[in-house]
Amino acid sequence: MKPAAFEYLAPRSVEEAVALLAERGEDAKVIAGGQSLVPMMAFRLATPAALVDLNGVSELDHARVDRDTLVLGATARHRSVQELAGLRERCAMVAEAVGLIGHPPIRNRGTAGGSIAHADPAAEWPALLLALDGEVDAMGPGGRRTIAAADLFRTYFTTALAPDEILTEVRLPLPAGAVGSAFVEVAQRHGDFAVAGAGALMIVADDGSVADARLVLIGVRDTAVRSVAAETILRGASPTDPVLDDATNAIRSEIDPVSDVHGSSAYRRRVAIAVARRAVTLARDRAHAAVA
Amino acid sequence: MDVTLSVNGVSRTASVEPRITLADVLRDELGLTGTHVGCEHGVCGACTVLLDGRSVRSCLLFAVQAAGQEVTTVEGLAAADGTLHPLQKAFHDAHGLQCGFCTPGFLMAARELLDENPSPTESEVRTWLSGNLCRCTGYQNIVDAVLLAAERMRGAP
Amino acid sequence: MTTRLFGERVARSEDRRLLTGRGRYTGDFEPAAAHAAFVRSDFAHARITGIDVAAAQAVPGVLDVFTYADLADGFADRLPLLVPSDKLIAPRTQHALAKDEACYAGEVLAMVVARDRYVAEDALERIVVEYEPLPAAVDLDRAAGPNAPLAHLDMTDNLAGLVTEETGDVDAAFAAAPHVYDWTLRMERSASMPIETRGVVARYDEREDRLLVHDATQAPTGVRFGLAMLFGMDPDRVHVVAPDVGGGFGVKVIQFYPEEVLVPWAARRLGVPVKWIEDRREHFLGSNHERGQIHHVHVGAADDGRILALEDRFLHDTGAYCSYGLILPIITAAQLPGPYDLENYRYELRSIFTNTVPTSPFRGAGRPHAAYVMERVIERVSKELNLDSLDVRRRNFVKEFPHHVGVTFQDGGPTVYDSGDYPKGLATLLEQLDLERTRTEIATARAEGRTVGLGFGAYVEGTGIGPYEGASVSINPDGTVSVATAHGSQGQAHETVFAQVVADELQVPFERVHVTTGDTRRLGFGVGTFASRTAVVAGNAVLLATTEVKRQAAAVAARILEVAPEDVVFADGAIHVAGAPDRSIPLGRLAMASNPTRYAFGADAEEGAKLSQLAYEGGDRPLPEGSHPGLAATEYYSPTSGVFGFGFHAALVEIDLETGHVDILRYVVHHDSGRIINPMVVEGQIHGGVAQGIGGALYERIAYGEEGQMLNATFMDFLMVTAAEMPRIEEVHTETPSPNNPLGIKGVGEAGTIPVSATIANAISDALNTPVDHMPVTPEEVLTLAGKIESP
Repeated sequence: MKPAAFEYLAPRSVEEAVALLAERGEDAKVIAGGQSLVPMMAFRLATPAALVDLNGVSELDHARVDRDTLVLGATARHRSVQELAGLRERCAMVAEAVGLIGHPPIRNRGTAGGSIAHADPAAEWPALLLALDGEVDAMGPGGRRTIAAADLFRTYFTTALAPDEILTEVRLPLPAGAVGSAFVEVAQRHGDFAVAGAGALMIVADDGSVADARLVLIGVRDTAVRSVAAETILRGASPTDPVLDDATNAIRSEIDPVSDVHGSSAYRRRVAIAVARRAVTLARDRAHAAVA
Repeated sequence: MDVTLSVNGVSRTASVEPRITLADVLRDELGLTGTHVGCEHGVCGACTVLLDGRSVRSCLLFAVQAAGQEVTTVEGLAAADGTLHPLQKAFHDAHGLQCGFCTPGFLMAARELLDENPSPTESEVRTWLSGNLCRCTGYQNIVDAVLLAAERMRGAP
Repeated sequence: MTTRLFGERVARSEDRRLLTGRGRYTGDFEPAAAHAAFVRSDFAHARITGIDVAAAQAVPGVLDVFTYADLADGFADRLPLLVPSDKLIAPRTQHALAKDEACYAGEVLAMVVARDRYVAEDALERIVVEYEPLPAAVDLDRAAGPNAPLAHLDMTDNLAGLVTEETGDVDAAFAAAPHVYDWTLRMERSASMPIETRGVVARYDEREDRLLVHDATQAPTGVRFGLAMLFGMDPDRVHVVAPDVGGGFGVKVIQFYPEEVLVPWAARRLGVPVKWIEDRREHFLGSNHERGQIHHVHVGAADDGRILALEDRFLHDTGAYCSYGLILPIITAAQLPGPYDLENYRYELRSIFTNTVPTSPFRGAGRPHAAYVMERVIERVSKELNLDSLDVRRRNFVKEFPHHVGVTFQDGGPTVYDSGDYPKGLATLLEQLDLERTRTEIATARAEGRTVGLGFGAYVEGTGIGPYEGASVSINPDGTVSVATAHGSQGQAHETVFAQVVADELQVPFERVHVTTGDTRRLGFGVGTFASRTAVVAGNAVLLATTEVKRQAAAVAARILEVAPEDVVFADGAIHVAGAPDRSIPLGRLAMASNPTRYAFGADAEEGAKLSQLAYEGGDRPLPEGSHPGLAATEYYSPTSGVFGFGFHAALVEIDLETGHVDILRYVVHHDSGRIINPMVVEGQIHGGVAQGIGGALYERIAYGEEGQMLNATFMDFLMVTAAEMPRIEEVHTETPSPNNPLGIKGVGEAGTIPVSATIANAISDALNTPVDHMPVTPEEVLTLAGKIESP
């Protein structure tokens, strides 16, 4: 399980990285944390002719909360996000999701940008980006562009990023007000990719009704997915248990889990509904606590 | 290409292909065979080392990526005079190892934990170490060893 | 002063090197060696019609590429059958490199030797194999049935072996039984999965005509004699060392895996050291598995739950080959009765070839299945008859020892339990569990709507089988004691426990006893570390050799001290005259004195050398007849029969009916392996065994697709438990000594694993009030059993 040979390129700037990537063409790959790419290379499922390593590009190494936005450079580690002061209070969903990514050595090395660009349907960052209506910046030979979360994820491991583009920054707007949120996963073992997972966020208005609700699911179809059906039921409603039941049952039409060695489609459906219910319940209870 | 890293405080240079993992360079080029390779796909944790003080899988890192950084391996855990680190001592006292193959990875992961959290609960230790696989001990004595080391380190002047 | 370490929690002498990164594992040797890598069959079953290695040969850094056509003489033969049996209908073992038919995905077809492993893998990609795919037998039920795809082209069915045995009069007992039941129980395939993979490093020195092999094996002596035969070399010129071995659990004792033959062969042929360190993918595809069995039990019970008759017809999945013969299903059959006295018992085992990785023992070795079947039978009979299953267990217990089970044991002799006290063991478990309080807690939890259940499992484990092990013990001039046994530890602390035995006997400080294991340069004859036998068999050999050295030392000391040998006392690393501690000789000086030669360095040795004249004084020559120089002995111990440990487990589980997750709230273990040398080590063995058992009950299975492709050959998909899943194990012991060996001990290595599937299955069954007849139980299966989702 040794990787095939490749040319190693260590640019010092985004500009240089983009140029190197364009020069080497489609056989080149960008590496940030490498926690998904390197195992694939070890199995020789990925055999890039060149690796453009972003780790030496210092302008990409930042993680901060700018007023109401979580801003992450492409090489910000999961761990750096965990270390942002007050993030859990500000948006529990993000803190909980990041805590569910693998194990400490994976979080020390892996990056949010890499996870989003890799677009594993069971990964947490794409779900967070979708749930928070975030956006990413991408830099290519034609310049910089911004891609909204809703336009980014196409299907399994496929995004709207062009092969010659580099994801440079991730921005996640953090809602203010009486917000409650949570991220819940079920995996057979701690730290494994989830059988199914759900992130929920709820803002409660003064009258107790739901001012805003987000529900995102992972591991249930070809990309992470926002449940429009559930959110529609929740918005404007009083978030009672029966309403939460209705909302989470509504995800059925939006998910299409595959059967694999860890469980059948039917099993994943059941788990998806269970985690959705748990996440939404936690989000509601936390939103209520925030009001009080 | 030449890569220079600081390993356990000593500057070391090796001439390697970019595709050679840090684990293989430590073992084969630098003769530090205490770092073990168990799966080469980042799951078992046997190859865990510290990179600038943070635990990483040395099988998921190319040696060239570690250039200029500080790598700490199990060989760097004990004091220069051979005095065992409290974790090593606690693993011995609590029978926290059997075949010993996964042990270096556990020690390095546990060291990062105790660096950050000198008073972990049992549950925190179990969660933190869940990225390291051991097939011999059932983990109980490993967990007890880490708790024992933490207690002793807190008690130290 | 007499000290006694036997029974003490002595911290291990192995630890320091292992904790400081100075362990010596197979992969740590020969850093400059060339590396081997193997082309493995992509298909579960295929004719190999051609292998083109030209492009691989041309890769810079490749030394050579080999296929079957390159092998000659013994190397071209099929690999040996490790455990022959006249019940084996079709003894099939594989070629070192497949000749013209591949019978499992992963079977080795070609070998590359290159500058390093990276280059070797580059070359693998350039080898083109022409396959003619054949139908594959994969599913055990189907492979055993009519019109099954054939696992081997030259066979007409897939039956590897068939054994039937009966004790009592089973038919008559069924005819008289008031209650008769038929149940089917299944256990899926799993694997040992040590964290260190296998590995072989070989160096052939042409000038000296010597072959030295480092092999991560549990049995170096057999590898050595086998290689000597294959190469036509004097065994003294072939040595095999099992250095520190990073876990075994059975998978590292096959003699021979193809790589164990091919790596030394290539080293000799190419004239360079060759190293092969198996990678994890290879380990999944090319190292043996175990566990797949299907049991059809027919049970006759009395009104009070006594088992009047039991018939078990079962299938055993032997995989593509059967180098281990029928040993696994025979162990299952022999150990199925467990602690129960089955007067009328009959089994029919059929070992079936499938186009999957071959099977051989994995910790427990056929016994987890036996305990699972028997304990499910006990639970179901109790349920059917509305009886307390603990009462039913007590009613069926074996009460008198020795107890003849009535069927053949794995060593070919009768299965005879040497000693035990099952009622006491169960009572000890229940006391730790606090049965009444636990039952009250369960009732309370259920009233709150929680899904909780309590399960029990019992087992008897035959350990310490022959044929023999040896030990060599010698006292050195510096007062240290060198001990060697033939077979290594894969974590079982042999260096420590054997040193405890020696230190006790010779009354030398523990630190002065140095134990070497697994090096044929030190001890050439031995069998292997497996079947929970090393502490028992090699441990008693250590005792015998130490006793002999002690006799020699007493004789020499007596002459020097001018007393009778009976009148000397061993104490504090010296020998003194009884009642006169000042008339003493340190053991090191005595060792010097007992060797009439001149090589003394240092005052103490000089003193000893002077004494050598006294040591053999009065004889007709410097070294009198019947004596030999030094204080050294090699002795062998051969047990008359196995010795049987036993125990009981209890699990309290809670089930999440939304996700199928099983949470083990409590796990309590009772264990009895006779006298205990080192309780700390025994507890560690139990912990590890239970963890593998919990893995086997809830997480681990090797999954194959219909075409015989392994579906989960990664650590992301084959789920071994981590610290986060493991409950804290509560452990209690009793000690019922074995009358069969001088130390009174029994083996413990596999004990922890054996009853876990049974215990967890019974607990889940109790929680869901439904039978659990298929292991492991995945979360999905829990939900299926609970009626929450449709069976896929």
